[in-house]
Amino acid sequence: MEKRWLSLFVENDIGVLAKISGLFSGKAYNLESLTVGMTEDETVSRMTIRLISDDETFEQIKKQLNRCVEVIKVVDFTDSPIHMKELLFVKVRKCSKGDLDELFRIAEVFGVSIIDYDKESVLMECVQTESKNNALITLLSSDFQTIEVVRGGSVAIESISITER
Amino acid sequence: MQQIRGTSLLVKALQEEGVDTLFGYPGGLVTDIFDELYHQDDIKVVLPRHEQALVHEADGYARSTGKVGVCLVTGGPGAANMVTGIATAYYDSVPLVCLSGQVASSLIGDDAFQEADIVGITRNICKHGVIVNDRKNLGRILKEAFYIARTGKPGPVLVDLPKNVMVELGSDEYPDKVNIRGYKPSTKVHIGQLKKAVDLLNTSQKPIFLIGGGVNIAGAQAELTKLVELTKIPVVTTMMGKGSIDTKHPYYLGNVGMHGSYAANMAVTECDLLFSIGTRFSDRVTSKISEFARNAKIVHIDIDSAAISKNIKVDIPIVADAKEAITAMLNYVNEHETGEWLKQLLSWQGAHPLTMQSNNGLTAKKVIDHINETCQDAIVVTDVGQHQMWTIQFLELNRNMQLLTSGGMGTMGYGFPAALGAKLGNEHKTVICISGDGGMQMNIQELATAVAEELPVIICLFNNSSLGMVRQVQTLFFEKNYSSICTRRRKSCPRKCSGTSDQCPPYSPDFVALAKAYGAEGIRVTTEGEIGAAFDQALKNTDGPTIIEFIIDKDDLVLPMVQGGKPLYEMILEY
Repeated sequence: MEKRWLSLFVENDIGVLAKISGLFSGKAYNLESLTVGMTEDETVSRMTIRLISDDETFEQIKKQLNRCVEVIKVVDFTDSPIHMKELLFVKVRKCSKGDLDELFRIAEVFGVSIIDYDKESVLMECVQTESKNNALITLLSSDFQTIEVVRGGSVAIESISITER
Repeated sequence: MQQIRGTSLLVKALQEEGVDTLFGYPGGLVTDIFDELYHQDDIKVVLPRHEQALVHEADGYARSTGKVGVCLVTGGPGAANMVTGIATAYYDSVPLVCLSGQVASSLIGDDAFQEADIVGITRNICKHGVIVNDRKNLGRILKEAFYIARTGKPGPVLVDLPKNVMVELGSDEYPDKVNIRGYKPSTKVHIGQLKKAVDLLNTSQKPIFLIGGGVNIAGAQAELTKLVELTKIPVVTTMMGKGSIDTKHPYYLGNVGMHGSYAANMAVTECDLLFSIGTRFSDRVTSKISEFARNAKIVHIDIDSAAISKNIKVDIPIVADAKEAITAMLNYVNEHETGEWLKQLLSWQGAHPLTMQSNNGLTAKKVIDHINETCQDAIVVTDVGQHQMWTIQFLELNRNMQLLTSGGMGTMGYGFPAALGAKLGNEHKTVICISGDGGMQMNIQELATAVAEELPVIICLFNNSSLGMVRQVQTLFFEKNYSSICTRRRKSCPRKCSGTSDQCPPYSPDFVALAKAYGAEGIRVTTEGEIGAAFDQALKNTDGPTIIEFIIDKDDLVLPMVQGGKPLYEMILEY
């Protein structure tokens, strides 16, 4: 079982998201995250999908996706050089003065923006890889009592010049 | 460019697609379309009595003619009733265009009267589904629907038609070309890969062809026969592949799978090369995967890339249309030395030929044998259950005989309506429906359709007063705990009845009386000697359907049988 990445070009039509997510649930495929958004061509959307599977199931998933009339292209990002980021918001509440100072320090070290705060709360915005976001959440949840997490799922695009991930 | 209503464009589309028969059930959301159909003479509109049966009728029509079957129903319950029919067609790759009425676009989401999200409901059981949101897309969507349904691996396509779109004025243009960027079915065969497969074939000692429904769908029966005769390599078929080669052909060994023949199942188990074409290796074919073709290299030709290496790992995958692939193969294959292997196969066949254990009195086999002796040019349609398996075991098929059956879904209630659809598409052919007392009841109302359309279909109804296939499983694996399988059961029966008691009515319902109530003919046959006369009488009834009810023993079993999860070679051969 391995983590895999797919980039899907699909018709920007009603029901396409339901079709794709329904394929995963109907066939009991693992689906860790799915993001979708319109591309430079407003008739086309791109989905970035993260899943965990063995090699055979992954091959089958790609074929099943390709079979969908609404799917224009399936690109396997698992071993390609890509740029990939995930948007993460973390709200930390009930902070003491010391907590606030600590949070501003964390933000500086981890490359996180603090986009809003008051006397006892901080809102952080983090655009990082999924694993760096995971690390930040682990850190914050161990050090602070009340955190609220919203994650966007990753989006990815092929790189231009780098050849390694 | 003339401005016409959506309904007019729909009828124009049907005409341009060459549709001669439409299966339609009206309702509030499609009255405008039915009014349009009222004003034309090219398309015959058939009124079934239930939308599930309606789809099966279109399915039987499509399978038997090779054309796209067209369904038209209203929204809500009409559309929802199509679900089983659509799933049945999807699993057996039958080209259908299913049109459903929908509430006006402005009402969608309001839980309006007879609003159902049928595109959502059928998303995982049809090849493609789409709602027409804009009158200007209607022509393109209909064109694409027919194209998607019949190309590549065929299948049902659903088009949902909101009421406002159908009355709106718009272009009268029906496109003559399609260009769908996400759908480019390829049928061309990769010759390099094919040569590799043929090399493997030439070096194998114990090769076998495993043929699935794809060969029948591609119309490659003649090519397959040529291939077999050229190579002298024996053939087995799946249930859906039966008839792809004459069943009396000396190189034909029968069906594989749960109720396959001993020789066929052993051949697949012991072969060193399994050359498969147009099958998706369903669990009913493979049984225990790890023991399936355990010593063999596997070549798999299929039009659907997703069918390859889904259930069975293959050594040489080839994505292609069966006909193109077999035709190409004919250029490269040689006669094969299969002397010892053939001897082995024939000895297996001799050791355990397909037969029916009980040979007393009236049996399904005797009725099917009568069909074999008297019909050389017919379409036989089965329902689902024991009678289906007996038909698939014993019915002889040649190039002029066709068998239609619900393979993937195993839908009870399929047989009778599908037979009506087959008759509507093949007026001059004898159409025989083989059904059971369980399956027949699941769409019995279609007797009204058959009588109304004056369809002389012969229905051989094997009545064992049981849901026989389940009863068989209970006999073999559940210590004869006959739970919920008796169709004669009454409230007054003992709760755990083991079989017959004197209290039982002789049958339930009285199918002969029921046939007559619908205006059809009914004949009851209880002894072997009456079979011939009953068929003769049925053949004389050319104005409508005849039910011949054969009262058979409920203890008759379908054998061999492989229990689910067991290897193919562990067959129960007798009981």
